[in-house]
Amino acid sequence: MKLQSQVVTGSEEYRANRAAHLDALAEIQAAAEAAQAGGGEKARERHVSRGKMLPRERVANLLDPGSPFLEIGATAAHGLYDGAAPAAGMIAGIGQVNGRDVMVLANDATVKGGTYYPMSVKKHLRAQEIAQECRLPCIYLVDSGGANLPNQDEVFPDRDHFGRIFYNQAQMSALGIPQVAVVMGSCTAGGAYVPAMSDVTIIVKDQGTIFLAGPPLVKAATGEVVTAEDLGGGDVHTRLSGVADYLAEDDAHALALARRAVESFNRVSSVSVDWQSPEDPAYDPDEILGAVPADLRTPYDIREVIARLVDGSRFDEFKARFGETLVTGFAHVKGCPVGIVANNGVLFSEAAQKGAHFVELCSQRRIPLVFLQNITGFMVGRKYENEGIARHGAKMVTAVATTSVPKVTLLVGGSFGAGNYGMAGRAYQPRFLWTWPNSRISVMGGEQAAGVLATVKRDAIERGGGEWSAEEEAEFKRPTIEMFERQSHPLYASARLWDDGVIDPRKSRDVLYLSLKAALNAPIEETRFGVFRM
Amino acid sequence: MFDRILIANRGEIACRVIDTARKLGVETVAVFSDADRGARHVAMADDAVHIGGPQPSESYLRADAIIDAARATGAQAIHPGYGFLSENPEFVEAVEAAGLVFIGPSAKAIRAMGLKDAAKALMDEAGVPVVPGYHGSDQGDDLLKGEAGKIGYPVLIKAVAGGGGKGMRLVEREADFADALASARSEAKTAFGNPDVLIEKFVTSPRHIEVQVFGDGKSAVHLFERDCSLQRRHQKVIEEAPAPGMTPEMREAMGAAAVRAAEAIGYAGAGTVEFIVDGSDGLRPDGFWFMEMNTRLQVEHPVTEEVTGIDLVEWQLRVASGEGLPLAQDEITLTGHAFEARLYAEDVPAGFLPATGRLAHLAFADGCRAETGVRSGDTISPYYDPMIAKIVTHGPTRDIALGKLVAALGETEVAGTVTNLAFLSALATHEGFAAGEVDTGLIDRDIDQLARDPEPVAADVAMAALEAAGLSEPGEMTGFTLWAPLRRQVLLERKGEVIEVGVEIEGASARVTVGDHEVRAHRDGSGWRIDGRRAPRVVRVGDLVTVFSGAGFGFTAPDPLAVLAGAAAGGDTVEAPMPGLVKAVFVAPGDRVEAGAKMAVLEAMKMEHTLVAPRDGVVAECFVTEGAQVEAGAALIALEEEVAA
Repeated sequence: MKLQSQVVTGSEEYRANRAAHLDALAEIQAAAEAAQAGGGEKARERHVSRGKMLPRERVANLLDPGSPFLEIGATAAHGLYDGAAPAAGMIAGIGQVNGRDVMVLANDATVKGGTYYPMSVKKHLRAQEIAQECRLPCIYLVDSGGANLPNQDEVFPDRDHFGRIFYNQAQMSALGIPQVAVVMGSCTAGGAYVPAMSDVTIIVKDQGTIFLAGPPLVKAATGEVVTAEDLGGGDVHTRLSGVADYLAEDDAHALALARRAVESFNRVSSVSVDWQSPEDPAYDPDEILGAVPADLRTPYDIREVIARLVDGSRFDEFKARFGETLVTGFAHVKGCPVGIVANNGVLFSEAAQKGAHFVELCSQRRIPLVFLQNITGFMVGRKYENEGIARHGAKMVTAVATTSVPKVTLLVGGSFGAGNYGMAGRAYQPRFLWTWPNSRISVMGGEQAAGVLATVKRDAIERGGGEWSAEEEAEFKRPTIEMFERQSHPLYASARLWDDGVIDPRKSRDVLYLSLKAALNAPIEETRFGVFRM
Repeated sequence: MFDRILIANRGEIACRVIDTARKLGVETVAVFSDADRGARHVAMADDAVHIGGPQPSESYLRADAIIDAARATGAQAIHPGYGFLSENPEFVEAVEAAGLVFIGPSAKAIRAMGLKDAAKALMDEAGVPVVPGYHGSDQGDDLLKGEAGKIGYPVLIKAVAGGGGKGMRLVEREADFADALASARSEAKTAFGNPDVLIEKFVTSPRHIEVQVFGDGKSAVHLFERDCSLQRRHQKVIEEAPAPGMTPEMREAMGAAAVRAAEAIGYAGAGTVEFIVDGSDGLRPDGFWFMEMNTRLQVEHPVTEEVTGIDLVEWQLRVASGEGLPLAQDEITLTGHAFEARLYAEDVPAGFLPATGRLAHLAFADGCRAETGVRSGDTISPYYDPMIAKIVTHGPTRDIALGKLVAALGETEVAGTVTNLAFLSALATHEGFAAGEVDTGLIDRDIDQLARDPEPVAADVAMAALEAAGLSEPGEMTGFTLWAPLRRQVLLERKGEVIEVGVEIEGASARVTVGDHEVRAHRDGSGWRIDGRRAPRVVRVGDLVTVFSGAGFGFTAPDPLAVLAGAAAGGDTVEAPMPGLVKAVFVAPGDRVEAGAKMAVLEAMKMEHTLVAPRDGVVAECFVTEGAQVEAGAALIALEEEVAA
């Protein structure tokens, strides 16, 4: 069934929407570009003057020429640490080497020597998590001074802190997911374990160093005076210590060696879904910007988005007449079969049951799921509580939580409250979670949150016989509204890695395709659902 | 007609002959040297015989081997092509003695034209104009002056015993003759001990115009003239037919003279009578003089074929097989204008040095006639003339034919060797040449302008970089990123220099940084465009990338894996690889050794380990002697430190 769009592309409304989305996009674009500039012009010049490639160049030269690069956490740490750690000091993403998907993690030594801030650790671990779930070989382009010492309490001790990096390497290696390190700069202290824990390690001559303690610490500890090169340079590690396996002449050579290492992985790709020949949507994805209202409070038909994402704009809608506020159905994204679960209003009990049913169906058939999230939550009120909306909502949450098929979530609007759970929010471990610049995420809307707090306060005042004017109430509510406003912004969310990145809505189709393709590097396991509260 | 002929030649002319033979239903036998085992002419022929080594004297000049090959393969006739044995009367006699037909003139005719002075005298007798001059032994002043007057000024006074310009004087006016004669004589006396001089007509603006003739042994016809004035050191570069500025009267006169020349020696087959022509004041029927006759098919015969519509090789085969001349003189017509440019593998900026190389890619313009003996993948070897092809165009007028030549040269694609293509293009677009003002001095006068070595512009480097990176045909998802494209570093090498190029590509758009230049390219259905204009075509073969802009620019895309880090490290000393006993030391301080040379033997773990020189060098010191017990890592022998070149 080809979807029929009702959008009038020449209309005033369309143009206004488009303008507003482009404004929001420009803000993200600026943040992304600032993040990509790393530690600034001076640091970059210094880096290049040492004969080193810039980190993004390293990634480009590692990957197949022109390989798509699906970057993870492009604006991580945005606005954090007084702006000291653009992109959290590292580049992470999925690209292709010799036609195979790999996860690349590259330290940016122009950002505080590539040291790990708390968000750097989180980003590193997130990239590894994706790699492990998608079974993507990992290539670490290491150029890092290790943990950022002023932040050591948030970097070192906890479960999901620095040590987890090496734990993950060991786990992935055990699962047969190749781990390759290319030492292109410092690898100090804990950082030394990245190459040491890798299956294959390449080190650049007269540039890469690996040691548990650098020359200053050695001198302090034992009085021994030694150069960095003699302590742990490429020659030492490839000839004497055996910590590294290949000695590279320079960055370009090292990256070529890493590419050759990938050739010897001997991995056979297994196809677990029925790929079709891709087909462009009948409606141009570029029209998303005009078709989607700029204001989150304006309802619109989510099929307008689906029509601009899927092959031929064809959508086999499942249970179209039941629980209409949730749209479910089958389609293809660049040839990949998907089950789409999309919000078209607040969730009622029927919609939740339909969602659970559809997720079960896709799990049975091993069809990847795409969630288009624009949800203010489950319906509230006596009627709905009494009919057991929590029970029906739980069915959907159970299905989404326990399905084994890969899930990819796209925040196309609001993500509020329990709706976030049922629609595969971050906690439900979708393989990828992407957001649009117009999206907002918080436990509830700012107005509602302020209203709840104001009601509690008014009750207390009035119980005490006091009076609370409307002006006083508005004054009381403002900071809460402002806080929610700030914290629900996609850049705020992405800075903290609540998602994998903000994307240009016009690239959604490509991002979904690359996400699905990456996810399908892992076989789709049999699903075992939990107990459904019937 | 013959059933089967052997072609005693190689390269484009062998291919040319095979083409026509095949058209006439005649089978062909090629001969080949070691260097030509896989050559195009061998692949084209019905049969092929190996006749020896790569040097011409070991193969293509071996009359006996060639005649044996013809006998062994049942060929009835031998086509000699040009060069090699084509004007060798002994070869003709040997061929005929073997009972085979030589496709060309008789040994007698070749001999008659072989000695230049005798030929001139013969031609003079036959009424063919030769350069006027006085060669007599009477050296009286007045007599010489009188002869000069008869010849007509300007004249050259030359020392009879002369050479190298010594004793040579150019005299423009009769009034200057006496002084010039005196000084020439005195100089000749000093230089050669002989004051005798000769006097010759001086041709101020000489042109080289030759007439194609064809004889059947009794009578002959001519096929009009060719102008070969564009020469560099007597090497023809671009030839054309007819000659610019030729008048019907002069053509008539030259043609008749050439036919007389051919008939005078009973010429059979295709030949060329070369004339020197005074071009200083337009072409005049009394302004041409016999130089020599080439008793073979000429390299530049295609221009004659183009303007007459006659296949000269076909005529050669028909006449050699006993037919009379296929057409009478009045049946031969001249239509339009034709050019031929000779494409060579040569290094023009280095002084036109012959070049070699493997032709990674070779393509010619659609619709032009390209006579070639090589294909993509073939090698230009050092053993033979490095000609790659002859580019031939024809049009109704000189302008149109020249325009087609310029276009054809522009579309010619050669990768893998340097060529004279830029030089040919410069020549074809030379203003004087375009205006038909040709003479044999043109190239030398403007050599600096013509032999300039063009450098690639940023757009050329950009296209090379895209190709080197494998990005010349991007797909929809090529270079996809969430926000800004990734910049890829691409290294190219040209003339020993490394060029670093930055490439950012997303889908059909590319931004390429070459030094301070930024090139923005966009790809549509027809390929890449830069600033709205079509980008030059690029071809990559192995690590060689050639951009076909102008005459083509070659780049190398170095393989990043082709470096061996650490291979040369520690190259100054030979160390014991393990503990052991030194069994022998073969070198002493001061010895010069080559990399890999045996230096010592170490016995360890029941094995004898030969230790070799890590590089070329001179032994500085031997730290051990035979019988010494050494530890692992002990330095045994040191080489002198290398002095940085």
